[in-house]
Amino acid sequence: MSAKPFLRGRSCAMGQETGSGSRSKFRSGLGLTRREFVAGAGALIVSFALLPRLSAGQAAQDARAPTLPGSLKDTPMLDAWIRVGADGTITVFTGKVEFGQGVKTALVQLAAEELFVGPARIELVTADTSRTPNEGYTAGSNSMKDSGTAIMNAAAQVREMLVGMAASRFGVAADSLSVQDGSIRAADGRSVAYAELVAGQSLHVPAQPQSRLRDAKSRTIVGKALPRLDIPGKLTGAVAYVHDLRLPNMVHARIVRPPSYGARLRALDSSATEKVPGVIKVVRDGSFVAVVADREFQAIGAMRSLFRGATWDEQATLSPQSEVYAELQSLPHDDYLIRGDATPSAKTWSVESSYRRPYQMHAAIGPSCAVALFEAGKLTVWTHSQGVYPLKGAIAEMLRLPAEAVRCIHMEGSGCYGHNAADDAAADAALIAVAIPGRPVRVQWMREQENLWEPFGSAMLTTAKATLDGQGTITDWQFDVWSGTHSSRPGQAGNLAAAWLLQSPFALPTPKPIPQPEGGGDRNAVPLYDIANARVAHHFIPKMPLRVSALRSLGAYMNVFSIESFMDELALAAKVDPVVFRLRHLKDARAQDVIRLAAERFGWNNFQERESGKRRGRGFAFARYKNLGAYAAVAMEVDVDRESGRIDVVRVVAAVDSGDVVNPDGIRNQIEGGIVQSLSWSLYESVAFDDTRITSRDWSSYPIMRFASVPRSIDVHIIDRPGAPFLGTGEAAQGPAAAALANALASAAGVRIRELPLTSKRVKAAIGV
Amino acid sequence: MITLNVNGRAHEVDADPATPLLYVLRNDLKLNGAKFGCGLGQCGACTVMVDGEAVYSCLTPILLLQGRAIKTLEGLGSAERPGPLQQAFIDEQAAQCGYCIPGMIMRAQALLERNPSPSDDEIRAHMNPGLCRCGTHIRILRAVHRASKTMQGAIPGGKRA
Repeated sequence: MSAKPFLRGRSCAMGQETGSGSRSKFRSGLGLTRREFVAGAGALIVSFALLPRLSAGQAAQDARAPTLPGSLKDTPMLDAWIRVGADGTITVFTGKVEFGQGVKTALVQLAAEELFVGPARIELVTADTSRTPNEGYTAGSNSMKDSGTAIMNAAAQVREMLVGMAASRFGVAADSLSVQDGSIRAADGRSVAYAELVAGQSLHVPAQPQSRLRDAKSRTIVGKALPRLDIPGKLTGAVAYVHDLRLPNMVHARIVRPPSYGARLRALDSSATEKVPGVIKVVRDGSFVAVVADREFQAIGAMRSLFRGATWDEQATLSPQSEVYAELQSLPHDDYLIRGDATPSAKTWSVESSYRRPYQMHAAIGPSCAVALFEAGKLTVWTHSQGVYPLKGAIAEMLRLPAEAVRCIHMEGSGCYGHNAADDAAADAALIAVAIPGRPVRVQWMREQENLWEPFGSAMLTTAKATLDGQGTITDWQFDVWSGTHSSRPGQAGNLAAAWLLQSPFALPTPKPIPQPEGGGDRNAVPLYDIANARVAHHFIPKMPLRVSALRSLGAYMNVFSIESFMDELALAAKVDPVVFRLRHLKDARAQDVIRLAAERFGWNNFQERESGKRRGRGFAFARYKNLGAYAAVAMEVDVDRESGRIDVVRVVAAVDSGDVVNPDGIRNQIEGGIVQSLSWSLYESVAFDDTRITSRDWSSYPIMRFASVPRSIDVHIIDRPGAPFLGTGEAAQGPAAAALANALASAAGVRIRELPLTSKRVKAAIGV
Repeated sequence: MITLNVNGRAHEVDADPATPLLYVLRNDLKLNGAKFGCGLGQCGACTVMVDGEAVYSCLTPILLLQGRAIKTLEGLGSAERPGPLQQAFIDEQAAQCGYCIPGMIMRAQALLERNPSPSDDEIRAHMNPGLCRCGTHIRILRAVHRASKTMQGAIPGGKRA
């Protein structure tokens, strides 16, 4: 889209932004009064007395903790983030990746806003170990907080520097200059473009702790629903995904994966496979087996042939699925008291409940894919990994290559909802590429390989106990959560599925819990509610029988499902409306705001429970993701068919506060999608297995939500907090949507189901028709 | 050699006649629209149109397609000149990861060519075989409604696009 609509008539005199307002503390300026420019070594080195003029107290505070905003902390040089080309193009670099959450568009908006240019002028480069900052994983709804904050501040600082350079050139005060569409203009009409000022050189300058950011009121790009930059290409057949990458001389590979965890290849007869037309090579290293062919369908045929030639030793290592929750409590676990106000007294609890969540799958529509090329001792991997830098290290370790010999470049994949098989496919491609140097190798996992080998969201068990006083106030609270790890991402070779199979294998590293306040299995296990005496314990199970890792929102999905179901149970016991009950236990004003907004827009107080063949009910839930991210409240209306046990979600109303809103439609899209996905998890999804193998091999054995079951409407209301920190959005809806569903079921049918998913079978059994 | 008529053009394809159309579209004709999702006809990511019907290209061998009119996402328009359904999906911002969307668009195209003004229930029933994991369903439904209106407005009498 053209940048012009955003820029028409826009002109901002730099000296006019220093008024009072919520941002005034950020506006002390960079002190661009004395500076010198030194051109050298391909970069324009700018050094100057940058210390902002600060109050004495502020300066003392900054001296103790001179922190840079967002990911500038780790990558402080401005030219790592923003470069202005001699032709006027502006390139912005982020270590975060796009996977459909719209982060590219939001980051471009932030850069364009602070640089006073149209979004179309900005080219954004995403995670590439040779080009971009290392921002770790794109996870935890942290992209706006980390990269958004860094790019916004870097852009403002680059702009200020350019303005300072123009001021020097014109011999006028910086405050007398105005900026419009990448051009700096003096009061007398002289003007100079950014590109002329830098002449193609980098601004190799360290970032400063404070930036002169645009006043929220004068913004023209941030806060607007700029259409997503990646959508037109995706809708018209552009090369949009790593799956679409077609390099010259590329070959197609398929893997023959073991049929079950721990299976070992006893024998391999590849003689028939080697006769399949188009087959170039069979690659074997221990129990890792792959075949490479000229054409993709030849590779698939060869994979099937090779599978027939493989004999595996399998072991029955899995307990019966019906014993999952007993097993969680009996497996060795490390106990962490994450909140402990008082020793629990031997009192009687008013309400006690226990909740269950099965293993659940990411189940992206497109199985994982990667392309790798090994040439002249250097390996390049194109991958839809969420963390190209950690993956680079893991692949280098696995191949025993020096880290500098490996480059990982992110390209989009099919929907990413956490740690799926993206990294594993990249490792496969790398292993095969080194076996046929000089030829790009494309590895595409098959559906059942993705389902059987992706790391699942961990099965979890929680128990909740609370005491109510005579006024219906919670006085004591005890919450326990049992969970496997929610992070077994690579960083080490042993986190790559292929590495376990090699002749010289790498063992799966023993995971450690993600510490509070973010938490892993205990994410959102501490209630945000004001409760005098609360004890919360995390029982971390290092070694799980099934492969587990990060699935969107980690433990928050289950902990919020548990706590918010339990809050309704307590409200019922206290004979208080569930929304009122929540508000009574919350001091946080922003939490109250989203709850009130969702309830009001839903029409909570006027809701009529009715019966017309089906029972209609309403449910409510709230959480602040990680207790430090976005606030989200969800109200839901359901119809329950008592004969079949089927739950139909009629309508959903959500309210969200993600802090400063960069792209409201991006937030809406994420919340809508999060609600539908969470409803799918919560109504249908549970990974099935027998004593040896995962049996959820495809979409018939792992059903997900379809159009026929999608709510009639989902309305998302956003509370914007201009100038406030970015809180992220991507995972905020998962927990509240699940709990609102369970609460609506209880309201409609009078039955409380505490085991996910809320299948028709369970509902029917609970109703007892 | 098998001759395939794709988006109104004849292509001579040198591939095993048992090869599913999906791989020929993607690798021989370099058309990225149709996607591999399951290879089982369960998800719809690979959906294209054959003689006006939505078809799973991952299951359909090219052997069966000589003389049939194959239409892919690329046949509906380009990023510069999107077709009505593509434009409607852009207008509704009806994509997250977007991987399933080409199949959704082709499935919807088959419906709108047959029934230019479907009801919401008809759209849901028709789209039901298509899976979306990002949860973009409501926007997809809105986009199909929007395209139904624009296509009728643009083409008097609801003639085929």
